[in-house]
Amino acid sequence: MNMVNLTINGFKVSVPEGTSILDAAKKVNVHIPTLCYLDLHDIKMVNRTASCRVCVVEVEGRRNLAPACATEVTEGMVVKTDTLRAIKARRTMVELLLSDHPTDCLVCEKNTQCQLQKLAADLGVRKIRYKGKMSTYPKDSSSESIYRNLDKCIMCRRCETMCNEVQTCNVYSAVDRGFETVVSPAFGLPMIDTQCTFCGQCVAVCPTAALTQISHVAKVWEALSDPDKFVIVQTAPAIRVALGEKFGMEPGTIVTGKMVAALRRLGFDKVFDTDFAADVTILEEAHEFIDRLQNGGRLPILTSCCPSWVKFIEHQFPDLLDIPSTCKSPHIMFGTIAKTYLADKMGIDPEKIVVVSVMPCLAKKYEVVRPELQHEGKKNVDLVITTRELADMLLEAGIDFASLPDEDFDNPLGESTGASVIFGTTGGVIEAALRTAYEWLTNETLEDVEFHSVRGLDGLKEATVNINGEEIRIGVAHGLGNARKLLESIQKGESRYHAIEIMACPGGCIDGGGQPYHFGNLEIVKKRMEAIYTEDRNKKIRKSHENPEVLKMYKEYIGEVGGEKAHELLHTHYTKREKI
Amino acid sequence: MAEYNLDHDKLKKLETYIDNLQEKEGALINILHEAQDIFGYLSKDVQLFIARKCGIPAAKVFGVVTFYSYFTMEPRGKHVVNICMGTACFVKGADKILAEFKRLLDIKEGNMSEDGMFTIDTLRCVGACGLAPVVIVDGKVYGRVKVEDVEGIIKEYKQD
Repeated sequence: MNMVNLTINGFKVSVPEGTSILDAAKKVNVHIPTLCYLDLHDIKMVNRTASCRVCVVEVEGRRNLAPACATEVTEGMVVKTDTLRAIKARRTMVELLLSDHPTDCLVCEKNTQCQLQKLAADLGVRKIRYKGKMSTYPKDSSSESIYRNLDKCIMCRRCETMCNEVQTCNVYSAVDRGFETVVSPAFGLPMIDTQCTFCGQCVAVCPTAALTQISHVAKVWEALSDPDKFVIVQTAPAIRVALGEKFGMEPGTIVTGKMVAALRRLGFDKVFDTDFAADVTILEEAHEFIDRLQNGGRLPILTSCCPSWVKFIEHQFPDLLDIPSTCKSPHIMFGTIAKTYLADKMGIDPEKIVVVSVMPCLAKKYEVVRPELQHEGKKNVDLVITTRELADMLLEAGIDFASLPDEDFDNPLGESTGASVIFGTTGGVIEAALRTAYEWLTNETLEDVEFHSVRGLDGLKEATVNINGEEIRIGVAHGLGNARKLLESIQKGESRYHAIEIMACPGGCIDGGGQPYHFGNLEIVKKRMEAIYTEDRNKKIRKSHENPEVLKMYKEYIGEVGGEKAHELLHTHYTKREKI
Repeated sequence: MAEYNLDHDKLKKLETYIDNLQEKEGALINILHEAQDIFGYLSKDVQLFIARKCGIPAAKVFGVVTFYSYFTMEPRGKHVVNICMGTACFVKGADKILAEFKRLLDIKEGNMSEDGMFTIDTLRCVGACGLAPVVIVDGKVYGRVKVEDVEGIIKEYKQD
């Protein structure tokens, strides 16, 4: 690798050829502010549109200022980032952005979490000198998941890069020209009418409140204050390793016990765990896999826990709808179980039960209204809030999260295994399924339950497991762009896999569109991932088919795994959708 | 799966044009030109057809169509009147010529006359500044146009 020598603010630095001024500056502890730039190199996404010009610096011998994010270093380059000219230029860029940006920060959804707001503060912008036309656009709340307020868009194009290059959903494009330019779906369609999968990764990278979520917080408060309702809550595995971040805790802190205590203090009648239903999912999915394997069914089987991924295959590969497992996602299974088995067991009218899901995900909001996931015409899950929304509720209620004692989930739907916890990270579902499928197929005890080759942040992962002398090949993809590659190989008949896990979000649910914002710091995601595996190791039971409460439910209510009642309650089907 | 609300013969013509292209994605602008020639304008269905046929995201096709002022998503009149609004034409009173066309053709909203005979477009500099102000109707150039010439120009085309 050729090294390039340059000077930044008087410090000599040597960096590999092709490095940007921005990255070279980091080596000598010089911070250059950025706004549109976003580097998620672990998932191969870099947004380098250089459209905001906030990172401009002086380069000796160059007449104009250079955007540090998009300018490569050259031998002998002399860069100055802290001259009055550079500082003033940066401030002017932000002032110009603010001249076409609403200043309702105090009541903005992104207040204190907005990168434009932070930049204005960091650069000492104290007034907006430029008055001009303001862009106004109709707000889009057509979907259940994503709220678009393009008045707040600063045209950084991060959402476009994420949607088109990482997720390959191709929903967004820059449309029109000049001052009228806007990031929009085709034909200005509302999100609900597009091929958007509602993964929410655009929301996760949006620096302002141009893209946020459709909130269910008010409806949850309403349900909690209704004495006639029996309000139960379930929490996805990824919440317990991220919620603490919202209360100043180190990323990767496991807050399961505090989270349960906090939910109880919010007034939920029962605090349950989606992990219970994740164990049920594994039983049903492993059964389906073994059935397909032994009876010449269609392989590979694809996991179906992720509603965003399910919508992706429906739009993009409508000819492959016979390959995903027919299992409903765990939180929908939970809702069904709550309104049938639990209602039965507790003697409560299901009409009175309100099921609230706390999810790391925006697609789960959309998923609950899918008609095929309703049971007898009623929603199985009534409301979905994200990790961020839960944190907001706890703040509103004045709950001192950090000092809460640890409490346990309620029974019976709070019982779970280590296998279900790892659903929260990429590779987890297939690892959990393997733990069960292996034992069911071999009738032997699996001593080492950890399958390390399916772990980590590589976009495509694979493992081979010898079961009864046969090599079972497993594939894992996270991020829809990676999923597309696997699906294309299946379409061409080139896939060698028996089973594939797909999660829409890079990293899996721990980096879902509803998680606390990290704006590109993937170290945070890695810590959440480590925490998930720690939580698994801390569990006494680590295989789904050993969850005693799950087994009890099958015995008392559902009957056989994969049986008639199981199919009625726990399975679904898929719908062909248009590409648009 | 997809159904398009488009004239079958015209669609066939466009499809043949696209099929004969070796590189489809890079030829998007050419395809859009051809499609506009065939259909007169680029409706949503035309854009969707092109997107799916070429494997280009519909959002991107729409982005290109909205970026270039030449492309139109509205039906066009039988005759297209282009009035140059470049600097030279503008200082020579192109805005008054435009107003006169609109008055005589009774165009209040949009840019097409109600009988569908005329569409008025403006463009920026056709490179014939010596002839300013310039009006082009269906490709025929009229130079040094005066307000009182407008009625005569319209008459030439009203006859057919």
